[in-house]
Amino acid sequence: MTNPNALRIGRDLSLNLLAQMVRIRRFEDKCAELYTQEKIRGFLHLYDGEEAVAVGIIPNLEAQDAVVATYREHGHALVRGVPMTSILAEMLGKQTGCSRGRGGSMHLFDNATRFYGGNAIVGGGLPMAVGLALAAKMAGREEVVVCFFGEGAVAEGEFHESLNLAQLWQLPVLFVCENNGYAMGTALARSESEIDLVKKAESYEVHAQSVDGMDVIAVTLAARDAVAQVRAGQGPVFLECKTYRFRAHSMFDAQKYRDKAEVEEWRQRGPIVRFQNWLLESHVIHQSDIDEIEARVAAEIDTAQAAAEAAPFESVEQLYEHVYGVGSDV
Amino acid sequence: MSELTYREAVREAMCEAMRADERVFLMGEDVGRYGGCYGVSMGMLEEFGDERVRDTPLAESGFTGAGIGAAMGGMRPIVELMTVNFSLLALDQIMNTAATVRHMSGGQFGVPIVIRMATGAGKQLAAQHSHSLEGWYAHIPGLKVVAPATIEDARGMLQAALDDPDPVLIFENVMLYNSKGEVGDPSSIRLEGAAVRRPGADLSLFTYGGSLPKALAAAEQLSAEGVEVEVVDLRCLRPLDDTTIVASVSKTRRALIVDEGWRSGSLSAEISARIMEQAFWSLDAPVERLCSAEVPIPYAKHMEAASIPQVESIVATARAMCISA
Repeated sequence: MTNPNALRIGRDLSLNLLAQMVRIRRFEDKCAELYTQEKIRGFLHLYDGEEAVAVGIIPNLEAQDAVVATYREHGHALVRGVPMTSILAEMLGKQTGCSRGRGGSMHLFDNATRFYGGNAIVGGGLPMAVGLALAAKMAGREEVVVCFFGEGAVAEGEFHESLNLAQLWQLPVLFVCENNGYAMGTALARSESEIDLVKKAESYEVHAQSVDGMDVIAVTLAARDAVAQVRAGQGPVFLECKTYRFRAHSMFDAQKYRDKAEVEEWRQRGPIVRFQNWLLESHVIHQSDIDEIEARVAAEIDTAQAAAEAAPFESVEQLYEHVYGVGSDV
Repeated sequence: MSELTYREAVREAMCEAMRADERVFLMGEDVGRYGGCYGVSMGMLEEFGDERVRDTPLAESGFTGAGIGAAMGGMRPIVELMTVNFSLLALDQIMNTAATVRHMSGGQFGVPIVIRMATGAGKQLAAQHSHSLEGWYAHIPGLKVVAPATIEDARGMLQAALDDPDPVLIFENVMLYNSKGEVGDPSSIRLEGAAVRRPGADLSLFTYGGSLPKALAAAEQLSAEGVEVEVVDLRCLRPLDDTTIVASVSKTRRALIVDEGWRSGSLSAEISARIMEQAFWSLDAPVERLCSAEVPIPYAKHMEAASIPQVESIVATARAMCISA
């Protein structure tokens, strides 16, 4: 890592960023293991390789802010503070899951941390983020709404409609495009006539920037400025984070659309390995710090797994609960 | 009691809600400067300003989704979609987000949004502005779907919809906007439940929205012939009021459903099935349906008129059902 900005980050923050990325990686390793054991079913989309994005952005938020994410959102939920136990319980379909087992991996929701999913329609979360920001602005509340989506979403009409509305109405939304190069198996250049995503956002007069999404410090610094700008009421910001997913799109994906060499090349630039090595080489941290992080994360995962596996399933009698709300006639 | 048009009743309901609750706002295409494509929101921009009467770009999915997000963020938005045909551009947001979020989030988040739209044929607007797709929406758990047919309901159901914790879709038949009627105390109007608009002993006629005035006119004609039709206004298409439907059929022993939607896979099919399931042994005759012709609604006046239920066809169908007995 040659990023001179890294020098602006102290030891405590560096350790914290590293720990959060490791926490996501190890947690998802466990998820993959539980998937092969058929304890987690359905789709499972792992964030392996993209951790620097959520970890670089979400810690810049305040409690009153809101997060809207996609179906690849385990990392975002973890960093936002949704308890690991309730995330894992959700994936196991348990009643103690953050969505009571109704959503699964793709639909993590948490009111306490203002985590609005877990949206599995590509692009579908963007209008929701615009609306959350509109509500905040109309009610005079100082909130920032961060909306994560992949580069595949820029092809959807809702991307264009949402950027336009957010800029037109000067709404406090930080749009974070996690550009991992592939919309499932389709490379950006195979599906878009214009692959410069910053240009697309700028065409709506939205302040836009692209950063190396494999560099947690670059993301942190860019996000810090972007969140401040949005919070100051200067309208939305678009932040493209160029990243890469090391694993398959989902557990069903045979990955015929990309070379193993390409994956390997990106792995060398992995957000954890690169940051960790730089911190070690710079003597900001020592191997014992890493060992301590790994041990702490392993213990947390063990505890979460034990609790999630022991938790009850919702009873079938509760199937019809929450189709309609309290106060409804139904 | 004061007399209002349907259009004025909806406007008055919106204005009153916005005066009483600062969380309520209106947004949609041309609702502000233009005054609404059917003139429903005329004058509201002047009273409430452009923050609360919000003109949107032609981006149905974007602004409907923004309404959903605003509702989740504590506001009480009223989103106007020009017609049900255009609502299909927002169907993803309505179906995949508004209708699902509460259940999918384990009850943590609700979407108290009201979405109003025009529906129905009769203004020679042809096949992309004239359909009645409310039955499609009535298919979806998590939504409530209402079709006010009277001035009193147009006035009262909007507030009831705003008071509801869930997404409510209000379908306003374009042929009703100029109709006039008396309005009493709107707070007595409930969102759900069917209403018997005309009692009768010989046949139950179930209908809603723009077909209600036609059904009542048909019942009047038939009464002169000695056939007493009970006209039941469904009002709320989801949830359906099975109790009122079954009670009426149990009394008259004959049922005719008049629905401006298409017949195949329709709301009329659903009502017919429920009558079979719950009142089969009360029936003296097969349930009959009078629906729109299964064609895209055409432009030419005579062809358009022939496409949807009319007083004459209702009278003929009802008469045949009673004579054949």
